[in-house]
Amino acid sequence: MDHIELSLTQSLDHCIKCNICTSACPVAAVTDVFPGPKYVGPQAQRFRHAAQPVPDASVDYCSGCRVCNQVCPTGVRIAELNARARAQIVAERGMPLRNRIIARSGLVGRLSSGPHAPLVNFTLNFAPARWIIERVMGIHRHAPLPKASTYTFRRWFKRRKPATNGRRPQVVYFHGCSTNYYEPHVGKAAIAVLEHLGFEVIVPPQRCCGLPLLSNGDFPAAQSHHEYNVAQLLPYARAGIPIVGTSTSCTLTLKEEAPELLGLHGDDIRAVAAGTYDIFEFLRDLHQQGRLRTDFRPIERELPYHPPCQLRAHRIGRPVLDVLGLIPGLRLRESRAECCGIAGTYGLKREKYQIAMDVGKPLFDFVRASGQDLALCDSETCRWQISGATGVATRHPIEILAEAYGLSV
Amino acid sequence: MQTLSTDVLVIGGGATGTGCALDLAMRGIRCILVEKGDLTHGTTGRYHGLLHSGGRYVTKDPQSATECAHENAILRRIMPHCIEQTSGFFVITPWDDESYGDVFVANCHRTGVPVQEISVAEMLRREPALNPRISRVFEVHDGSADSFLATHSVALAAREYGAEIRTYHNVVDLVRVGDRVVGAIVEDLRSGERIRIDCTYVLNAAGAWAGKIAALAGVTVTVVPGKGTMVAMNHRMVNTVVNRCKLPSDGDIIVPIHTVAVIGTTDVHVPDPDVFGIEPEEIQFMLDEGEKLIPGFRQYRALRAWAGVRPLYKDKDVASDRDIPRTFKLLDHEERDGVSGILSIVGGKWTTYRLMAEQTVNELARRLGNTQPCRTASEVLPVPRFEHRAHAMVTVSTDPAAQTPHYWLGKPLALVESEHAAGDLICECELVTRDRIVAAIDAGAHNLDDIRRDVRMGMGPCQGGWCIYRTANLLYERRCADGLSHTHANEAILHFLQERWKGLTPVLWGDQLRQARLDELIYAGVLGIHRLRALAEPGGGLVTQHPAIATEYVQA
Repeated sequence: MDHIELSLTQSLDHCIKCNICTSACPVAAVTDVFPGPKYVGPQAQRFRHAAQPVPDASVDYCSGCRVCNQVCPTGVRIAELNARARAQIVAERGMPLRNRIIARSGLVGRLSSGPHAPLVNFTLNFAPARWIIERVMGIHRHAPLPKASTYTFRRWFKRRKPATNGRRPQVVYFHGCSTNYYEPHVGKAAIAVLEHLGFEVIVPPQRCCGLPLLSNGDFPAAQSHHEYNVAQLLPYARAGIPIVGTSTSCTLTLKEEAPELLGLHGDDIRAVAAGTYDIFEFLRDLHQQGRLRTDFRPIERELPYHPPCQLRAHRIGRPVLDVLGLIPGLRLRESRAECCGIAGTYGLKREKYQIAMDVGKPLFDFVRASGQDLALCDSETCRWQISGATGVATRHPIEILAEAYGLSV
Repeated sequence: MQTLSTDVLVIGGGATGTGCALDLAMRGIRCILVEKGDLTHGTTGRYHGLLHSGGRYVTKDPQSATECAHENAILRRIMPHCIEQTSGFFVITPWDDESYGDVFVANCHRTGVPVQEISVAEMLRREPALNPRISRVFEVHDGSADSFLATHSVALAAREYGAEIRTYHNVVDLVRVGDRVVGAIVEDLRSGERIRIDCTYVLNAAGAWAGKIAALAGVTVTVVPGKGTMVAMNHRMVNTVVNRCKLPSDGDIIVPIHTVAVIGTTDVHVPDPDVFGIEPEEIQFMLDEGEKLIPGFRQYRALRAWAGVRPLYKDKDVASDRDIPRTFKLLDHEERDGVSGILSIVGGKWTTYRLMAEQTVNELARRLGNTQPCRTASEVLPVPRFEHRAHAMVTVSTDPAAQTPHYWLGKPLALVESEHAAGDLICECELVTRDRIVAAIDAGAHNLDDIRRDVRMGMGPCQGGWCIYRTANLLYERRCADGLSHTHANEAILHFLQERWKGLTPVLWGDQLRQARLDELIYAGVLGIHRLRALAEPGGGLVTQHPAIATEYVQA
């Protein structure tokens, strides 16, 4: 075992039972079915045995938001211990059909998007259909589902006229499933901004980053996705071409979630991890190097902004506040809420929907109280959750940046 | 003075004495057992928990090896709830003599200890934390055993057969008429009351203390108290017992038991079984030896250290204490010393306790004219009430193998889960619920340390940081009607904190130091424990500071 692996498996030894994580956990605060991160994490781990039946199921109520990791004073890798415990449950007891489907966001997106998307969207908005889906599949009838796009981002990207004004620095864009199948406008905004800044944008073949598979406990499938993506991205990483993404959870997965949970620590995996950036992290770096254009149009607005858990797990501060703060007139009010509750696919599940809504309530209250008709958030599932719960429209911050540059998307 | 009368007075509430009481009672022989502390207070409650395959003795002590192999199979049958089927490896590391491997196997065959060589690759597949530089691996039928629970089960069965078991009863004198021992004077440490017990035979099963008991009858029994120090690590980095394949020595075994892995042991001759300390060098040496088996061993969290004293019987001059045979011996003092009415059973080890009892009781029965055969090898032992409720079969999967009454690590977690008892945990580290603590108190635990031995309360990583005051509260609630006052409960807290602290001081670095600091903040900073002494007094049925039982771990 190398030291990274050891730091994860041994980290339960650092728990001093102080209960700070239990106090901070947004899930334990709203439900009794989840005994809390200390309980299911370092405490329960001492009772789990690789070769014996998994004793517990309540660890499945961990949403994976990582608030526990952030507050732990001794560095216990609680969220990772929980994810691995869930994977052991899945390996032993199998995975419910519902989870197998929602964990495969690439496949679901591929089937939903395209010319038939309006029909899909109508069905998923049709109450009796949702009732049946809840009954048959266990996806809550009120859970926020995204609207499928009539075209995919990749198709749009392939058909557009590439910008050809000489040799430009290159950057790789990792779009993720949501941009490709549901929100191509986010990807279009990213391309527009990156090209406006003088980059040639490369969009290599890519699969789902595997995060939904990891958080539903299907580690073998997640590993095959990750290995595919690493193979596609490695030449660029080796050539020093940055890999940027607009989905903060996809970039986190490439950076550390997949390598750590899956115990993959090879040179190739590390090279891709080291070369991957959240797009605003990348833009802030550019600004620090004096390479970010600041020819912004003023935007006289005050908007609520929620830094999602998955962004906070990057441990890069709040690059969105740093970059959008350069736009004249724009004021962002940061939510202090721990979590929106959705945690990827967690809040879609019938048995967890209400927990997710209760977890997100402080955030929803904050967004509503802002009185604005628009909120910003880096993560797609969080945006859908916020909009679903509050009725307030949500956008990725990159779209505001594109608007400030006066780029038509 | 109250006088009781019985056929056999058994002295010592460890595995051997309790096993003898059961065997006597099963054959219909009246007996009373007295123990100065709680059951398992002596060496039985202070060992690493190894159920011997016999492998450790195949070369130097072949008779013990054969006995262990035989008893191992019996114990798995009669106390499945106490034994974890971990299996065991004997491994040759780069520091060991490569040629001993073949000798070891040959001696296993000679002594009837089942053994099978497996590949290093297979070993690493099963135990990835082990040193990949290990060159050969031999698998044996080692296991781990809960000696607290096992002794309680034996005592429970003995009581059901009519034996009387009195804990916290200290033998202050043996009554000798001429050349015959006819009884004993014992003191009830809870009340200070003295009782006379008249008997046909005294059976001295006091283990490391057997010499002290024999001396009361004017007889010399040389028991060499061999102190063995052990360190419990916070979690199980291996799930198989791992032994160095060499002649037994210090720090050469790691036993996964319950939630911890125990590395052991040292072997230091101490003059008195009641007076010994744990030296820093012992701890450092064992951690160094642990590194050879599991690279990075020092980086794991050490929970606590403790020591037990082996009851080695020294027949004649032997060079090293490790060379004293681990076999047991029944001493007939009439034949040996001219004093009748007393027998001593000395030596041996936990794994062979039942055989020791069988042979001892065979002799006693013969003398008492009892012709009943021994049945302890076939009757399955009962499960005490404070063990998990109804010892429920836990169904966690449809696989029948998983629905087992046998010990498995995850059982406490599965039970808490199935009973939705996560909010009702008193000891969170070891997942001990309120119900189990209350059951232990109601079953007669006399202080918090007794409760610990019964249900593992306070034995986890926080070493009582969060559960001592909770448990003391329950003790008060359950006993206040019987006269236990809050000052007694305070005494119980102080006593138990001191007991825990003894085991913490040798391992105060890293994570455990951080824990001790938090625990100190809880007890000294928040609860003002240093002011409690003025509000505490012994009594109320608690036994805490009596010198007969409170002298262990004094620095030598």
